[in-house]
Amino acid sequence: MTGTAAVTTSIVVDAPADQAFAVFTEDIGSWWPADHHILQAPLASMVFEPRVGGHVYDVGTDGSECHWARVLAYEPPTRVVFSWDISLQWQVETDPARTSEVEVRFVPEGEHRTRVELEHRRIDRHGDGWEGLRDAVGSPEGWGSGLQWFARRLDQEHSPVGEA
Amino acid sequence: MVTNSNSLALGALGDPTRRAIFEHLGERPLAVVDLAALVPVSRPAVSQHLKVLREAGLVRDVRVGSRHVYSLDPDGIAGLRDYLDRFWNTALHSFKARVEQQREETP
Repeated sequence: MTGTAAVTTSIVVDAPADQAFAVFTEDIGSWWPADHHILQAPLASMVFEPRVGGHVYDVGTDGSECHWARVLAYEPPTRVVFSWDISLQWQVETDPARTSEVEVRFVPEGEHRTRVELEHRRIDRHGDGWEGLRDAVGSPEGWGSGLQWFARRLDQEHSPVGEA
Repeated sequence: MVTNSNSLALGALGDPTRRAIFEHLGERPLAVVDLAALVPVSRPAVSQHLKVLREAGLVRDVRVGSRHVYSLDPDGIAGLRDYLDRFWNTALHSFKARVEQQREETP
């Protein structure tokens, strides 16, 4: 099912598909928004294991790891699919039936240009949103670490860059 | 706007009574009179809290006979969708900058 349960976006980059693919996967830590992670410790690095069945995970400065995605398809330089194992409470979701998935396609537009198409689909599988929110509200930890993180993100995104 | 309603939702749940009402409605739909029996505030106060929750997109009400029955708004998934939409746009712009920067460094 797509429609309201999917998000799609794309961007054109001035690079060949193989390079775009390599940066997106093995070099994910170089461009992933650094504050978008759910480790307790500050983020030290990110690892994208380049094979089906591998994981994408964050490594904290204290050595802790957060495995938040499973690689479902790995077809360089054209396509990669990974799961999104993060629940509405911003915890790692251990039930695969309650995870969504992200497909990224690298479509050449000439020798040195690539269109990167991203679809984050099956979002509805994360469950009923407010049930998750209700549980998060019921747990001090969930409320504190999850929703405040979410709220902070929204606030940051609302603050115009450069405003004093 | 969905993002605004997310912020509103978080603000609305900052109040302990509203949080309690919200949690009760998570268990089952209830009318104002039922809720007033469950939380230590008056019926008009419950109505006022419900108004805030409804405006924040957290609960909705349906009219059953002469009563308004409140339940959680199942449309919460829209909030996650909106969040991911914004996240991926930000992330892909960051990705583009990185790819093209690397390209300049390695001619």
